[in-house]
Amino acid sequence: MSDLMNESPLGVYVEHLKKGQLAYQVCKDNNKAFFYPRAIAPETGSENIEWRVSKGLGTVYTTTVVYYKGEAPLNVAMIDMDEGYRLMSRVEGIAAMDVKIGMRVKFRVNPGDEKTLPFPVFTPAGDAK
Amino acid sequence: MSGLKRGSIAVVGAAESDLGQVAQHTSPVDLMAQATMRALDDCGLKLKDVDGLFVAATQVRMGPMSLAEYLRIKPKVFDGTQIGGSSFMTHVAHAQMAIQLGLCEVAVIAYGSTQRSVSRAAASPREFNPYESPYRPILPISAYAMAAARHMHQYGTTREHLAEVAVAARQWALLNPKAWEKEALTIEQVLNARMVSYPFTVRDCCLVVDGGGAIVLTSAAKAKTLKKKPVYVLGVGETLSHANISSLPDFTVTGAAVSGPQAFRMAGVTQKDVKMLSLYDAFTINPILFLEDLGFCPKGEGGRFVSGGAIAPGGKLAVNTSGGGLSYCHPGMYGLLVMIEAIRQVRGECGERQVKNCDVSLAHGNGGVLSSQCTVIFGSENTL
Repeated sequence: MSDLMNESPLGVYVEHLKKGQLAYQVCKDNNKAFFYPRAIAPETGSENIEWRVSKGLGTVYTTTVVYYKGEAPLNVAMIDMDEGYRLMSRVEGIAAMDVKIGMRVKFRVNPGDEKTLPFPVFTPAGDAK
Repeated sequence: MSGLKRGSIAVVGAAESDLGQVAQHTSPVDLMAQATMRALDDCGLKLKDVDGLFVAATQVRMGPMSLAEYLRIKPKVFDGTQIGGSSFMTHVAHAQMAIQLGLCEVAVIAYGSTQRSVSRAAASPREFNPYESPYRPILPISAYAMAAARHMHQYGTTREHLAEVAVAARQWALLNPKAWEKEALTIEQVLNARMVSYPFTVRDCCLVVDGGGAIVLTSAAKAKTLKKKPVYVLGVGETLSHANISSLPDFTVTGAAVSGPQAFRMAGVTQKDVKMLSLYDAFTINPILFLEDLGFCPKGEGGRFVSGGAIAPGGKLAVNTSGGGLSYCHPGMYGLLVMIEAIRQVRGECGERQVKNCDVSLAHGNGGVLSSQCTVIFGSENTL
């Protein structure tokens, strides 16, 4: 049961990130994974929701490179996680233009700072299955 | 859209406000009011005739209230549905409901923006999204750029195909005295312009200018008594697929694949009957996606379809004859101006850029990050 008086979907998600985990939810009524975290499952409207921790492996679905004046080119990408949900993120550790659709990538946490909550980023995972 | 009747209402007045860079301290509502009076003059109706008011804008949170106050009118029906740039196509569908039901008789749809004067950041501040904002996409550009990148990967679309859309728009704009851009543009110039969000350079992106517009709609019966030939609403279709780009299931398929068939079904016409298309071209990928999703070419073929000047003046299909959001005018939420060009083409008012025998035109609106998709098909009296 959702209890928004005591915990929020984003709050639980961030607590997992602080422990180095990428969490996502599955609706137990239709067994579908979904993202972003919600108090009510999409399509079913169900509160029968389970939090799970991702294995952290995914594939780049699409990608762009953003050019801010006076900064290095910045990657922004959509990642299809192996568990069947998608999120926006970026791929680090290689040049932004070298991030390719279909590339396998692995999750790590960007800890954020005083102003920014921790958030997931990705690095190339070679041919990780 | 069952219940809405083909041709039950018509556009009788259409006008832009001043466009481009307006005087300092001009308000968005100044532009809405100016366009409203121009559109009423266009059909010979008076302010006191207006009993339906439809307004959406990014700088005016409660649009119908602000414009009604400014003009001191008390509309019986009002609607401020805000789904981005396609809001106004949705307003047409909602105005049709209200007019058909006899809830109002004369509906005005109005828009205004001073985004060039006050900056886009001030005119359209983005909502914070904890699942997207940390990655600093330049929205909405990066969302459309990712759709373009996926289309290129999946279907072999190229940056040259995208550039063709910008060049065609520019060629049409050179035939439109009201267009912002006045200089010719080449494919090479598009490709070599400053990169903003790959694969888009600044020339793949719409203009940032001030402007607004208004249209006046009324029942088919009343429309026949007014100054100009009515432009009938033959069909409308509307759909929402998501709000944030992360929730679009397939980045190569838009809601136009839903709204288009709805509008065609209601209009009782097919793609072959459409003489001119006005497609919301916030970015060069948009017309490519919409030509596919609206059934003017097979899925994946949009890039090849537009190549070789196919949608430019003299090409095989007249698209965005005003010069579009890319070269004519893009005041933030451009959907109302998308319709105004399609209306003027059916009226035969487009001068050098007039499409011959344009008895049916299609206006397609896009809002958010490919999020809301709304289609309106217009026709002349002989299509009824």
